[in-house]
Amino acid sequence: MIRKTILNDSHRALGARMVDFGGWDMPIHYGSQIEEHHQVRRDAGMFDVSHMNVVDIDGPGARAFLRRLLANSIDRINPGRALYSCMLNPQGGVIDDLIVYDRGGDTFRMVTNAATRDKDMAWIGAQAAGFDVQVRERPELSMIAVQGPNARERLLGLLDGDAAAKVSALGRFAAAEVPSTPFGELFVARTGYTGEDGFEVVASEAGTVALWDALLRAGVKPAGLGARDTLRLEAGMNLYGQDMDETTSPFEAALGWTVSLDEGRDFIGREVVEAHKRDGAPRQMVGLVMDEKGVLRHGQAVRTALGDGEILSGTFSPTLGKAIAFARVPAGDLSAGVRVDIRGRDVPVRVAKFPFVRDGKPA
Amino acid sequence: MSEIPGDLRFMKSHEWARIEGDGKVTVGISDHAQGLLGDLVYVELPAVGDTVEAGNACAVVESVKAASDVYAPVSGTVTAVNTALADKPETINEDAYGEGWLFVVEASEPDQLNDLLGPDDYAELIEEDDH
Repeated sequence: MIRKTILNDSHRALGARMVDFGGWDMPIHYGSQIEEHHQVRRDAGMFDVSHMNVVDIDGPGARAFLRRLLANSIDRINPGRALYSCMLNPQGGVIDDLIVYDRGGDTFRMVTNAATRDKDMAWIGAQAAGFDVQVRERPELSMIAVQGPNARERLLGLLDGDAAAKVSALGRFAAAEVPSTPFGELFVARTGYTGEDGFEVVASEAGTVALWDALLRAGVKPAGLGARDTLRLEAGMNLYGQDMDETTSPFEAALGWTVSLDEGRDFIGREVVEAHKRDGAPRQMVGLVMDEKGVLRHGQAVRTALGDGEILSGTFSPTLGKAIAFARVPAGDLSAGVRVDIRGRDVPVRVAKFPFVRDGKPA
Repeated sequence: MSEIPGDLRFMKSHEWARIEGDGKVTVGISDHAQGLLGDLVYVELPAVGDTVEAGNACAVVESVKAASDVYAPVSGTVTAVNTALADKPETINEDAYGEGWLFVVEASEPDQLNDLLGPDDYAELIEEDDH
């Protein structure tokens, strides 16, 4: 059965085109994906991300458990901060990528992908055995991402007193509990998946509907999963299942920077990723830009002097006005050139650093 | 959803054909098709002088979301293509039955057009699509 978020009626009332996304009935766009993309880059847009899985990890053994579970080190952050990490299998493959928030004391919150929910929970549950920790899904909570250069201002405009002060004080990648607001108790994080400033706000279902409506009245436009995908790819952010999965190590997915090989920390998959860091991984993920007309897409064959690869995420970048992509190719020097097979046409592409777009402009 | 013009014939794969006074046939994709595809960003058209065959792919329209083949509704020779779409593919989103036309064919077997759907039958087809 297809699942619906508490904002489903709102999306339909706004004229959204709905699609099945990982078992959830979600808006792909509300009219024009490209306009929604520009809206987020230039002003402020909001996304219903209530399909994502909120998992609270609490208890005296929580920190020790996360040290074991995550490839990034929970010890790198202080309370009130967020950390991006992969969760690996013993072969060093990525089970999922996630954000974990340190909420102080022995309480942590993870936000994981919707499509991987069942396997994530099975894995986390199995690994938690032996730790003094409580793992709790929070399906009663919903989440809105408000993103864009004016997103911060728009959300702050809906809060006052202590709540406004608290949210206003949040630095990038910081989060806070905001107890009394017109939308009930909120968990507000200055994080996102667009490369823009903004917040991800976790609230009760009733609070989420009230917040969505208030943001609409404040001029924040709804944006669908289509714009979310082009925004995140421009921002150089990976999508689980497309850019990495259980057969790829973080070092083959340009996520080596998220692996923390801190002394003596025995995290799952460490042996393999340590070898990849030391000796190099057999494959690499690179960014591609195509100056010719056309669109790079998932699954297209990539030809290099080192051997073949394939396009992982590929799309048309509304900000650059040309196609961009991530590709996985053999490790090594690509200066001899890279070409992509587009329906039998052999098209040259440029290897490019990512993010492709920074602060709303070509990087 | 915009009105379906009464003078068009349709393929089940959502191409439209308009028989012009001079016997030539203008081809495009339906408003329903552009809605399914979303924002169009690239169009690959045949060249003037190319021979196309009814039911064969002869153009490609690409949206942010997907690439889709366009099939020729009738066999013949391409006599004109809508070059304005190279810079403004979104014209198809804005005006699928007008300014968003793709190409014109001089039909070699005009009888093939009788196999296409009329506006009412096409309206019924996309109605079923939506359920």
